Amino acid sequence: MKFRAKIVDTACLNHFTRVSSMIAKLAKTCTLRISPDKLNFVLSDKVANGGVSMWCELEQEDFFSEFQMEGVSAENNEIYLELTSENLSRALKTAQNARTLKIKLTNKHFPCLTVSIELQLSVSSSSRVVTHDIPVKVIPRKLWKDLQEPTIPDADVSIYLPVLKTMKSVVEKMKNISNHLIIEANLNGELNLKIETELVCVTTHFKDLGNPPLASKNASQDRNSEQMAEVHIDIRKLLQFLAGQQVNPTKATCNIVKDKIVHFDLLHEDVSLQYFIPALS
Amino acid sequence: MKSFLSVFRSLAMLEKTVEKCCISLNDRSSRLVVQLHCKYGVRKTHNLSFQDCESLQAVFDPALCPHVLRAPARVLVEAVQPFPPALAEVTLGIGRGRRVILRSYQEEEADSAIKAMVTEMSIGEEDFQQLQAQEGVAITFCLKEFRGLLSFAESANLSLSIHFDAPGRPAIFAIEDSLLDGHFVLATLSELDSHPQTLHAQEEPQRPEPRLPVHSTPHLDLDDFAADDMDSYMIAMETTLGSEGSRALPSTSLSPGLQHPCSSSPHSEEEDDDMEPSTVPGTPPPKKFRSLFFGSILAPAHSPQGPSPVLAEDSEGEG
Repeated sequence: MKFRAKIVDTACLNHFTRVSSMIAKLAKTCTLRISPDKLNFVLSDKVANGGVSMWCELEQEDFFSEFQMEGVSAENNEIYLELTSENLSRALKTAQNARTLKIKLTNKHFPCLTVSIELQLSVSSSSRVVTHDIPVKVIPRKLWKDLQEPTIPDADVSIYLPVLKTMKSVVEKMKNISNHLIIEANLNGELNLKIETELVCVTTHFKDLGNPPLASKNASQDRNSEQMAEVHIDIRKLLQFLAGQQVNPTKATCNIVKDKIVHFDLLHEDVSLQYFIPALS
Repeated sequence: MKSFLSVFRSLAMLEKTVEKCCISLNDRSSRLVVQLHCKYGVRKTHNLSFQDCESLQAVFDPALCPHVLRAPARVLVEAVQPFPPALAEVTLGIGRGRRVILRSYQEEEADSAIKAMVTEMSIGEEDFQQLQAQEGVAITFCLKEFRGLLSFAESANLSLSIHFDAPGRPAIFAIEDSLLDGHFVLATLSELDSHPQTLHAQEEPQRPEPRLPVHSTPHLDLDDFAADDMDSYMIAMETTLGSEGSRALPSTSLSPGLQHPCSSSPHSEEEDDDMEPSTVPGTPPPKKFRSLFFGSILAPAHSPQGPSPVLAEDSEGEG
């Protein structure tokens, strides 16, 4: 197994740092999947995560000037590593004024992802090198099946999200009232966030959001475009997702499968993020 | 110190309004009196209570330390910046090519499934005003204290000199300007307690680099079951401080009582090791364990090492 990659462009480095920082907010531990063309940050829907799953994908060409990998075997040319997301994010944050950043898979007592950063802080200072050895766990092939790209469910309603910052501040306040949130939307560009308790019901209405063309052909004809599809979810999971989005995405869609799951599909420039929150049982 | 500091808390206010500051001791009422004479005839008097106490005199001499490093505080502040704020200890040493290396020190817990990230910073010799130390020497000390004294030195725009000796001997951090000079003495981890860290200077990736052993002093020939910090602390209390002379080690926050498994020095490892498919994922590296029970093996004549905040000369005889 081999992996070596290099970033020399500052913009690419900053973008990669932002991605890793977002992942660190979304998942404490995650799987990094390395394949010849892509890098994926994966969180599979285990009970430990509360059923939440995440699939983040980026094209290695968009970031790395050099990229070499050799997977477990020729037929299985992939590497799956489990790591603490915050370590990667912290390591990348120290690369603010870096000339070059290199990442490679090494074995120093235990398997590590070594991030090596060459800094030149000023013309007069010497060239400095910062190295971070991030411990990783190599995931054996037999567990790979749980870490594949999730199948996109057939949504009842698909709608574009409002400004995430606004959504986040609304959800943050609602969290103080109840842990149980109802998210509902219709094909008329309307999205509601509702909480209901014995004492009070609070609903925030977002209008004129627009709906992307629905993937499934059958649904659109029959459905009354005013009808809401709803899911009851744990508000903290939604809040964690929203807190991870520091920058407003290029594109943000919410797909609702009635009473089953909410699927958020985001695009941050060229990095795609999919986040699934299951319905409360 | 907190009450004293609270008098001077707002620098901006002080600069604007205070004309004179008088500090005096009122022995009778046991009060330290700080009087701020401000504009417009305003006078602020602070009476701080104090207690007489014995002060520990640290006995040290920077001139006795064979190794010296000197750099502007700013360089050292930049050097510690990549380390996580929560990191307790750091190893400072000279690596290949006379580069100064700082590396995070982790106490290895053998059972810990979650290994910590290791960070290393390498700085070229040219950033230092003085570098008198051979390749391979290194000491490990408390990073938190180091950051504290660095921020003071940086705010005063001063250079910091680090005088050090073998691991276990105190390291002296000195700053000096026309108004003051300060010596901060920090304990360093002794070789008994730390596993020999190897430092390496990162250079061209093509060249595979053999690791450097850190300590130039010969590896102490002691049983692997030698004492950990707690035991050397306890033994020091019992024995008289020998011919080394008394070395008082004031204020240090290196915590005693930690087990330091000693790993065999990895000399033959190549840096760019590719993963072998046969590597069993997740198995911890082979380690030898230390046991608290074997503390008594330590010879009584052996000078006390490691962090022992109470190693001071008995001053009972004096007045």
